[in-house]
Amino acid sequence: MPSSRRHIVILGGGTAGTIMANRLARHYAPDLEVGAIDISVVDENDRHIYQPGLLFLPFGMYDAEDVVKPRGEQLPPTVHYVQATIAHVDTDAALVVLEGGRQLTYDVLIIATGTRTAPDETEGMSGPGWQERVFDWYTLEGASGLGKAMATFNRGNLVISITDMPIKCPVAPLEFAFLADWYFQQRGVREQVTISYVTPLDAAFTKPAAAQALAHLLEEKGIQLVTEFATGSIDGAAGKLISFDEREVAFDLLAVVPVHTGATFLLKAPGLANAMGFVKTDPATLQSKHRPNIFAIGDATDVPASKAGSVAHFEAEVLEQNVIQFLAGEPLTNTFDGHANCFIETGFHKALLIDFNYETEPVTGHFPFSVGPLSLLKESRLNHLGKMAFKYVYWHALLPGYDIPGVPTHMSLAGKDL
Amino acid sequence: MSTNSYAGVDLALDGEGFLQDPAQWTPQIGEAIAAANGIPVLTDRHWIVLHFMRNTFLSTGDAPSIRGLGKESGVPVKELYQLFPKGPAKLAAKICGIPKPHGCI
Repeated sequence: MPSSRRHIVILGGGTAGTIMANRLARHYAPDLEVGAIDISVVDENDRHIYQPGLLFLPFGMYDAEDVVKPRGEQLPPTVHYVQATIAHVDTDAALVVLEGGRQLTYDVLIIATGTRTAPDETEGMSGPGWQERVFDWYTLEGASGLGKAMATFNRGNLVISITDMPIKCPVAPLEFAFLADWYFQQRGVREQVTISYVTPLDAAFTKPAAAQALAHLLEEKGIQLVTEFATGSIDGAAGKLISFDEREVAFDLLAVVPVHTGATFLLKAPGLANAMGFVKTDPATLQSKHRPNIFAIGDATDVPASKAGSVAHFEAEVLEQNVIQFLAGEPLTNTFDGHANCFIETGFHKALLIDFNYETEPVTGHFPFSVGPLSLLKESRLNHLGKMAFKYVYWHALLPGYDIPGVPTHMSLAGKDL
Repeated sequence: MSTNSYAGVDLALDGEGFLQDPAQWTPQIGEAIAAANGIPVLTDRHWIVLHFMRNTFLSTGDAPSIRGLGKESGVPVKELYQLFPKGPAKLAAKICGIPKPHGCI
């Protein structure tokens, strides 16, 4: 009975959208088979980027082809993959309008369009020096370009700067700084290179306990920390970062993290999204605050959790259950706790691990992982191996939407020094 | 957590000096907190930002970010830094009696 068929539309085929498509396709396999439900995933291109891998491109540890696979291949055959640009969402008519005029009606809409860097939000960023000495390494193009520039950089000021929060993977710029220290030591030019870490925050990281440990690591590695620096403009020709309160930091090479926004179509969707294009989302149920038949997951939301793949993974289990309950006309009973879990690469084949949620700060201790305890907030080689093994886990367990053994959806206090 | 008296009222504050209960706030308390944080006089431009921020928090439960303020309050980001030096979103939140913005993790 096609008239009673119900449509689940997922916007975005990145980490969060792909996990949701795989989970829902498994749950609704019999319904998909008889046509009682259909699932569509919309994305504007067919390049699924393993984003944690972008960190390693500037250091020649990965190539571009190591981090890209076709989006369609990560989805089950029972899901329709629609490659198109989203023009807008008509939330009154429950309709997604695509560029070119095609329309998709939905019973449930899942917004998983992530976040993107917006260099043009900052005066001068994409002006002189862009892709020559100023690189947005949160994109494949920028990370690859920066890799070429790093390979021939032998002396001068390398500046790593965060323009504004929130950003994807808030620990990545710190990892970049740690790896840069290691990289230039390997190349024998560390003494001719100064490394500075420039952040709008009042400390090295957003969470106090972790910020202290990370600031100590920066100091140990001879990396200068510049805090409360809100970048107002960039003068690429003169090699200067200029803050809104008119302080300056000089650079010869700038690894910049631009302002992040939600997807373009969400920037013009008041009610649905905030001024930066992030979907106004209930932090516990992941339901839109605007319409009950809309949900959001991953970097696309405005919930106060990290914008990180681990968060999308943990949210997915909650959201799957809530979508199922919503379609069944039942109240939503599953809640997300803000759980995030990140390896922090610190160079010299070591890494830290942090584990936290909405309420609990990252602390020291150990993480009771299935293959053995990983130390929390402390450098170890096992953590580094965990980080490097994660690429395999990402493509083969995380995207297909399987639970990772030993890594529960809700944060556990076991092993934490509280 | 601590208490402090602003404009003759005893207020519960968090570790960083943000009001625990936004309902306790009055404009006079705002002026007193501003003075204690290096802003002796609140101008009309300050008040545009403070009212916008407080109303946004009261209606949505979350404070806008600096860039959100710059786009929606009518006061450009550069001016926000002149009005509320160093961290405009944090300082304005403290003065208008709402919790520390947690939009950034």
